[in-house]
Amino acid sequence: MKALLIRDLRLAMRAGGGFGLGLAFFLIVTVLVPFSVGPDSALLSTIAAGILWLGALLACLLSLDRILALDWEDGTLDLLACAPLPMEGTVSIKALAHWLTTGLPLILAAPLFALLLSLPSAGYIPLILSLLLGTPALSVIGTFGAALTVGIKRGGLLLSLLVLPLYVPTLIFGSEVARRGADGLSYSTPLIMLAGITLGTIALLPFASAAVLRVNIR
Amino acid sequence: MSLWEYANPVKFMALSGRILPWTAALSAICLVVGLIWGFFFTPDDFRQGSTVKIIYLHVPSALMAINVWFMMLVTSLIWIIRRHHVSALAAKAAAPIGVVMTLIALITGAIWGQPMWGTWWVWDPRLTSFLILFLFYLGYIALWSAIEDNDTAADLTSILCLVGSVFAVLSRYAVNFWNQGLHQGASLSLDKEKNVADVFYQPLLVCIAGFVLLFVALMLLRTRTEIRARRTKALLARERMA
Repeated sequence: MKALLIRDLRLAMRAGGGFGLGLAFFLIVTVLVPFSVGPDSALLSTIAAGILWLGALLACLLSLDRILALDWEDGTLDLLACAPLPMEGTVSIKALAHWLTTGLPLILAAPLFALLLSLPSAGYIPLILSLLLGTPALSVIGTFGAALTVGIKRGGLLLSLLVLPLYVPTLIFGSEVARRGADGLSYSTPLIMLAGITLGTIALLPFASAAVLRVNIR
Repeated sequence: MSLWEYANPVKFMALSGRILPWTAALSAICLVVGLIWGFFFTPDDFRQGSTVKIIYLHVPSALMAINVWFMMLVTSLIWIIRRHHVSALAAKAAAPIGVVMTLIALITGAIWGQPMWGTWWVWDPRLTSFLILFLFYLGYIALWSAIEDNDTAADLTSILCLVGSVFAVLSRYAVNFWNQGLHQGASLSLDKEKNVADVFYQPLLVCIAGFVLLFVALMLLRTRTEIRARRTKALLARERMA
């Protein structure tokens, strides 16, 4: 398990591994928003929390097809299927590696980008908290989507069509936390809901992903 | 004699062939009677005027949009557990009907909303969850059409249907939390004494029956088509082998 995690992390860090691509995409989205809605900082500060969540979500989405596609192409997945590690464990590790290489950098960069969008100072802690609790769910759900579409050539667009509706509850509660925090309101209820969704997906979705992957490998 | 006998495609074809004309005819009768009754022989509502009559399309289609997904969930479960091909094909056949029902509900709702709420669209929880349901249908259909192998496609789509159902319910309650709505609460329920005034209620029930029968007829027709397509494929494959 640990070996698989280290292998995935190393592959992601290497040149061409796509590490930092999501981060760059996140930056571009953040920079493009003022161009499209205007530089008015009052407007920007009201929508900053939502934009940051949306940017993080899209950056996450962008890197989903890398989770399993390369391993599928070179046959690593077939070997992993024969390994003593159960498939549920494999997909959980894959999701964890995806979160460590995409979700975690996004969280670390989010305060900086929030500065660009003039997020009110009360909003920083809830933003980080919501991203910290929410992005694992994005990775786990994304792994499910990647497992569904792994056998399909050029399945990238289909992957987004399948995964985006599944992201709706996470996005709603996540950006609700960030928005309420930025407005200086109490945000504990949506935060608890968000944590519930994340824990639920981590606990249950690997079984679905593993079942789907077994069908695809069959 | 059990329900599972109809998992045999031959028996299913025989039974559905016998039922299909009846359901189609009954659905036509119900829809014609219900819609004409509703449109021309009910009084105008004293506040909403004649726009209230769109209820005869809006409510039955919205009802079906949700129930078709529920039916797909049940048939997907049957496929996963007992691996009856007819069941998987029925789920495949039902999805496009469900999408059309969702679309009808959304469009008639917009047409109704324009004079009543003064807007075609608001981000109301009910409207939003229907839009999300629409996206789920699209993803489901796209996944079916993207995969060549029939059994793989059936497996993957049925798991997507299960996971999607959980997330659809989650989204339903999440959007409730996210925004307050203009749409009224549930007007029809089984345990209420009186739902809608009787003059509107009776034709509405006929219309709902018509929509249910229409769905059953279309679903049987499409499932029969799928089974025949599968048979043709098998025959062609056999031809090529020989």
